Order: sequence, then structure tokens, then C-alpha cells
Amino acid sequence: MSIIDDENVRIPIGPQHPALKEPTSFSVALRGEKIESIQVKIGYNHRGIEKGCEQRTYIQDMYLLERICGICSHAHSTCFIQAVEEIAGLVVPRRALYIRTLVGELERIHSHLLWLGVAGHEVGFDTLLMYTWRDREIVMDLLAELTGNRVNYGINTIGGVRRDITTDQSQRILKAVDVLEEQTKYYIQVAFEETTLIQRLSGVGTLSRDDAMRLGAVGPTARASGINFDVRKDDPYAAYGELDFKAVSDDHNDIYGRTIVRLGELMETYSIIRQVLKNLPDGPIAVRAPRRIPAGEAVSRYEAPRGEDLHYVKSNGTENPERVKVRAPTLANTQAISKMLEDRYLADLPIVVAAIDPCFSCTDRAAEIINLDSGKNNIMNWDQLRTYSIDWYKNRGIAFK
Amino acid sequence: MAKPIRPGKMIEFVLRSLFKKPATIKYPFEKIKMPANFRGKIKFIPEKCIGCSICVKDCPSNAIKINKIGDKKFEMEIDLGKCIYCGQCADSCPKKAIDITPEFELATADKGTIKVIFRAEGPDAGTEKQA
Amino acid sequence: MIEALFAILIFPGFVFLSAISMFAEYFDRKLYARLQNRVGPPWYQPLADFIKLLAKHEVVPEEADKNMFKMAPIFALAATVTAFLYIPLWRTNALYFFQGDLVVILYLLTLPTMTFFLGGWYSRSIYATIGAIRSITQLFAYEIPLLLAILAPALLANTWSLSGIVAYYNQHPYYWLINSIAFFVSIIALMGKLERVPFDSPEAETEIVAGSFTEYSGRFLAYFRMAIDCEVVVGASLIAAIFMPFGFNTLPFIAFIIYLLKIFFIISLLALFRTVFARLRIDQMIIFCWRWVAPVAFAQILINLILKGTVLH
Repeated sequence: MSIIDDENVRIPIGPQHPALKEPTSFSVALRGEKIESIQVKIGYNHRGIEKGCEQRTYIQDMYLLERICGICSHAHSTCFIQAVEEIAGLVVPRRALYIRTLVGELERIHSHLLWLGVAGHEVGFDTLLMYTWRDREIVMDLLAELTGNRVNYGINTIGGVRRDITTDQSQRILKAVDVLEEQTKYYIQVAFEETTLIQRLSGVGTLSRDDAMRLGAVGPTARASGINFDVRKDDPYAAYGELDFKAVSDDHNDIYGRTIVRLGELMETYSIIRQVLKNLPDGPIAVRAPRRIPAGEAVSRYEAPRGEDLHYVKSNGTENPERVKVRAPTLANTQAISKMLEDRYLADLPIVVAAIDPCFSCTDRAAEIINLDSGKNNIMNWDQLRTYSIDWYKNRGIAFK
Repeated sequence: MAKPIRPGKMIEFVLRSLFKKPATIKYPFEKIKMPANFRGKIKFIPEKCIGCSICVKDCPSNAIKINKIGDKKFEMEIDLGKCIYCGQCADSCPKKAIDITPEFELATADKGTIKVIFRAEGPDAGTEKQA
Repeated sequence: MIEALFAILIFPGFVFLSAISMFAEYFDRKLYARLQNRVGPPWYQPLADFIKLLAKHEVVPEEADKNMFKMAPIFALAATVTAFLYIPLWRTNALYFFQGDLVVILYLLTLPTMTFFLGGWYSRSIYATIGAIRSITQLFAYEIPLLLAILAPALLANTWSLSGIVAYYNQHPYYWLINSIAFFVSIIALMGKLERVPFDSPEAETEIVAGSFTEYSGRFLAYFRMAIDCEVVVGASLIAAIFMPFGFNTLPFIAFIIYLLKIFFIISLLALFRTVFARLRIDQMIIFCWRWVAPVAFAQILINLILKGTVLH
């Protein structure tokens, strides 16, 4: 593809670019500063996780799926565990459900604060980045104390959770939530009043309600266009059925709306955490789970900070699952990027991409490779690939069962 | 939005930070202590081990090997580079022979220290380098 | 002759300017960090950066025009240092002065922007081209308000020489307070000239990697960065000389200290504005400058003309 094509200049944003946190390729055709067309290519983060799941036991898979992404790790692990528990017919004790909710909401806080900082950085407002990430440290330290690690918490196990909360820790969580609530109120004020921020975020990345429905947007991206879908409300899981909160939506249809939605969600999260800690039921924290999960299949959904996360698990009675499929929310939101960037300026591209809160590590499950010489997209078929990979590992001393 | 839009909203907040201590911990000159139940390096208690190898089976990254070196004496060989510090081995062990310590400063420039063997006998269940 | 060489090259010329500008960069970065509740770099950081860059291998792109690519940073540095020689620092007379040196200073200060454009254009890289074009576009937005803001005090003082302006305001105490509006206009325009947030579209890291400087490395990047640092001090000195012309009649040492306080006050203002604003898009920046800043500068000129014609002499 030539660089200059009629009056357009084609500039590569990615796969390596300071605007992107993960490799993705946006090939932008520019005329002056205006974007004429854009081609989105994903697939640079494919790691073969779904295939890896088939070779490991369920409990090993939980740790593997947790490491799909650092920011929404609890989302993936809980979603998977919910599917497995549904197939196995386990009844998880209520205390475990409440603890899962608590960790999930703490993760939502840290994810939204991270997003606020990244959005500030993409528009050149580094001060917001520094302050929100400073506040995020409070949550990370809290999670380190509760679960044992700052990211990739590993609090889930099949049938419940692995660690309990003491009253001391509850008190500390409540104090930290008070501090964070003060800070979040201040950030809401900044978002409403700071002129340069409003100028950069308003009117940019517009996605009308119909477009959002048609392109399948989920999460805050859709909720800022007036589509009020929230899995916590529509299909309650864990302890959400017993808690009282609102799903925040807005009708600005642009990045400013998404900021408001995320900040509103933060305020709701603080209220949820307080309710969880007040009503924490007593009881065991896990039930015994069998090593062999009976045959069956299940789909489970979870409201990750980025949107609706979907896991499909199929088991066949052995210790390893037969098929695990992960549909991350960013895959649903990526379709909307080209639409949002129609007729916009180059300077809007980083913030528009950042506004869907992309986590391309979550997204990349499959890549299509086309052999440029032959034009075919079939290099090895499935059995050849399987034999090739098993032999590769055998030559290095690792045997598969 | 009833409040007026004005530029430079963060000025007061930012100026107040001039008088506070910076929020930076000057690592490694100032050390941070991790909470007591932080998942760092594991510790093996060979007297309690019965050699069932459930930890080997459950480890998500195949980092543990249990070697029998005598009657009811087992030593554990762990590859600290492969370990993901998840603590599943400690949870799975039926005799609680594995403890999780909060030690996390394990970075090293010497590859020989990555694989560690916990001795099975002797006055200490200490660590030993493996070639 | 020896004295002239000493003055131009050492004090208050090239070496002095470099030392002050490195300290100014440290001060700016440290203040920026402290405002964000961070620690900030140590005092030797700009010097260490400069030396490190000099030691690195420079990569010249194959398609770039070698001569223009290499000459651009040197012209930028030369232009800023030359402009410094005509600005009164702590005496009412600069090192060299003549009627019309105000225009020469403003012209010399425009040269760095031209070199950013040429360096970026002749780099033949996509990001550099976009950065170069944004640089030039921005020039049209802030240059007029800057010129108008500097013209207003000159009108009041009735002279085209910067040293003459300073001498006039020195003779008539408190007249410089009339130009306060132009002071703010010139600070805003200076932020545009120095390509700092909120006007740093030409060098927007998250959009076009590094703008005109994308392909620069090694020595040439060191010279460009030194040129930008010097431009900060030269711009601040210019504003201090025109809009804060007091403290010249004391002992030389005291006057020197007052001069340093003046420029560090202006640099603190620049650092503060860098902290609290987001980056404006290039079209928003142009609209802002033409709709708000230029009319305010015109208003100041009008005020000065009226006062000159009626009340003052």
C-alpha cells in the first residue's frame, strides 16, 4: 500500500505507537488533519490461551484465564468459575459470593481510575494521570492485603473463594472508600468545569444510539449513548441480586458522556462496597469441588469494567475442559472505532481509542493469516498444526497428556 | 451543569501539593513492606511432606518437582522463574507442608539461583542452588 | 575585542545562557513534578541529558535531505543565542543596541520555529511532516498577538529599540503597570512559541510520536533541545525586560539577582500553566488565539494610543 494515494496520506498508528498501550494497527488515510478512512487490524496479542485451556485442569485454567488481562483479571476468572460451577451444579456459599462481589467492585474502582488517568494522558493532561494513579495505589494496596497480590488476585477457586475477610480489613476498606469518594467527587468537578478538558472530550467520538445498537457496543461505551444494559442488573450474578444500586447511563453520546458514566459508576461502586461490607453473611467460604466436572456446557456473563464479558465452557467428564471460549468486551467495542472517527481530526484518534477503554490483550483470540504469495489463508490445517506443536514441545522435553 | 465552566480548575489543588511530601516511595533506598499475607516465595517444610505430589499436579506452570531421596524423605525442587506465585500448591497440600512467605525481591542476574531445592533432611529445610 | 568576545561567548553570552537555560529546565521540571505530588529530577538532569545525547549515535534517515537535516538544529541554537545579545538583562542597555533592534529580536525568535518546520519537512517521515505543518500553522496563530503585545509598550515609549524602551520605563516609574493586559497576552503567546501545553500540538507525543523531532537523535537532538531551552530563557528575558522594567538602578549584583527572580517568576507561570491545562487541538488553538487573544492585544494598543495622545508624554 503506497504512502501517498491521490490526495490522501496513509499514516500508521501502531502497532507500536505512544498512543496505544497494546499493539494494534490503525492505518489512517489523512487529508491534511482530517481522517478520510481508517482500517483497524487486531490480532497482535494472540497467545493461544483458549487452546492452552484444553490442556490444563480446571483449577490450572483459572489461573491461566486470570492472566488474560491485568486490569480485568478478576472478571475473567469469576466468569469462568461461574460457568464451571453451573455445569458441576455446585451451590456456592453466600459469603463467598459477597467476597467475590467485593473484589470485583474494588477492581472496577482501580480500572476506572486507571482509565481516567489514561484519558488525561492522551489529551495531554498529565496532571490528571498522576493524581488518579496516586489514588489508585490506595486500592492496589488494599487488594494486596485482602487477596495477596496487587493484580491477578487469585481469590477464586471452584466452589467459592480462597481467603476470608477479617473485621480489621473491613474497617480499612471502609476508610479507604471514604478517601476515594472525596477524590472522585473532586474529579467529577474537574470533569464538569475544566474548559480545555471539555473542549477535547465534547463532541468527539459521537456514537448515536442506533449506531451503538447496530455495532454491538457494550459497557460504558453503550451506556453513554443511552443504552442502559448492565449485566449486573439484567442478569444478576454473585451477590448483585441482593444489592441496591443504579446502572448509570447518559445521553451525551460522546466521550464526555463516557467520562460521566464511568465517574458515576465509581460513585455507585462505593455504595455497593459499603452495602456488601454491612451485610456480609456468615458461613463457609467454599464448598468442596470435584476434580472431574461432569459433561455439560454453560455460558456465563460478567460485567467487567469495560463491558459485558462472556465465557463459554464445554466439559466432557474429564479433568480438562473440552472447549473454552472467551468473548471480551473490547471485541464488541472495536467495531465502533471506525464509525466514531468518521470526519474527525487526527488529534482525536488517541482519545477515541482510549474512550472505549481498550484492552486488546483481552480481545485477541484468533488471527487470520494470509500467505501473500499464494493468496490463500490456509497454511497448515488443524491436524498438521496440532502435530507440529506437539512435536515442538516434545523436542523440548514437555509431554502433553 | 449549573456550575460555570472555567479554565484552570485544578490550580488550587495543584498548588496545595507544593507543600505536601511527594507521594513517591524512593525505592530501593526506602523499602516497602508488603502485607503479611502477600503471596511471595514459598517455603517447604519437608517433615510434613508425604510425597502425594498433588502440588505438582495442581501447579499451573509445572514449576514444582518432588524428588524422593529416602524412605519418607522428600525434597522439593522449584523453578522460581516458572512459579507464578499463585499459592495453589499451599492450598492443595493436604498436610500443609508449604508456606507462603511475603518475600518478593527475587530478581537476580544469576540464572543459577533460579532453580531452588529445599533440602529434605538435616538441621535446616534450607535452600540450595542447583546447577 | 577580547572584551567583546568574552561578552558574546562567555558572559552574558553563550556559556552563561546555556548554564541558565539548563538550570531553568531543571527548575521547570522540578516545579512541574512537585505540583503533581512527585519528586522530580535532580539538578544535574538537563546536563546529564545533554551529555548523554552527545554520546549517542546519530541516525540520519536515508531519504532525508542530509544538509538541511543537520543544519536545522544549529540554526535554531544560533538564532536564540544571537537574540539574547540584544536584550537588556540587568542594565538598561543591552550588550548591543540600535534603533530597530526590537524587530531584529522578534525576527530571530521566529527562526527556531522555521527550523522546526524545515527539520521536520526534510526528515521525510510522516510524523515529522505532520508535526512540521502543525508548527507552521501554529505560527500564524500566536505570532500576531505576540507582536501586538510587544508593540504596545513600544508605542508608549516612542522608540524601536528595546534598550530605549527599558530606559523610558526606567525614567517613568509605574508606567509599566499600564501594559498589564499585554503582559498576559505575551505569556500566552510565549506558550505557543515554545510549543508547551496547552499549545503543544506540533509535538504531541500521543498523536504524532514527536512531531518534527521524530527522526532526530544524538547530537542534533541535543542541539534542538538546547535551542528550545535557550528559547525559554530568551523569551522570559524579553518579557521581563519589556513588562517588568524595574530594579535597574541598584548595585550590579542586586540587579542581577532581581533579573534572575524575574525570569524564574515567568518560568514558574509557564510551568503552572503546563500543569493545569489539557492540550488543545490545532484548530481549537487557532480559533482561541484569533477570537480571544488577538482582540485583547488590539485593545491594549488602543489604550496605549489613547493614553499617549492625551495624558502622557
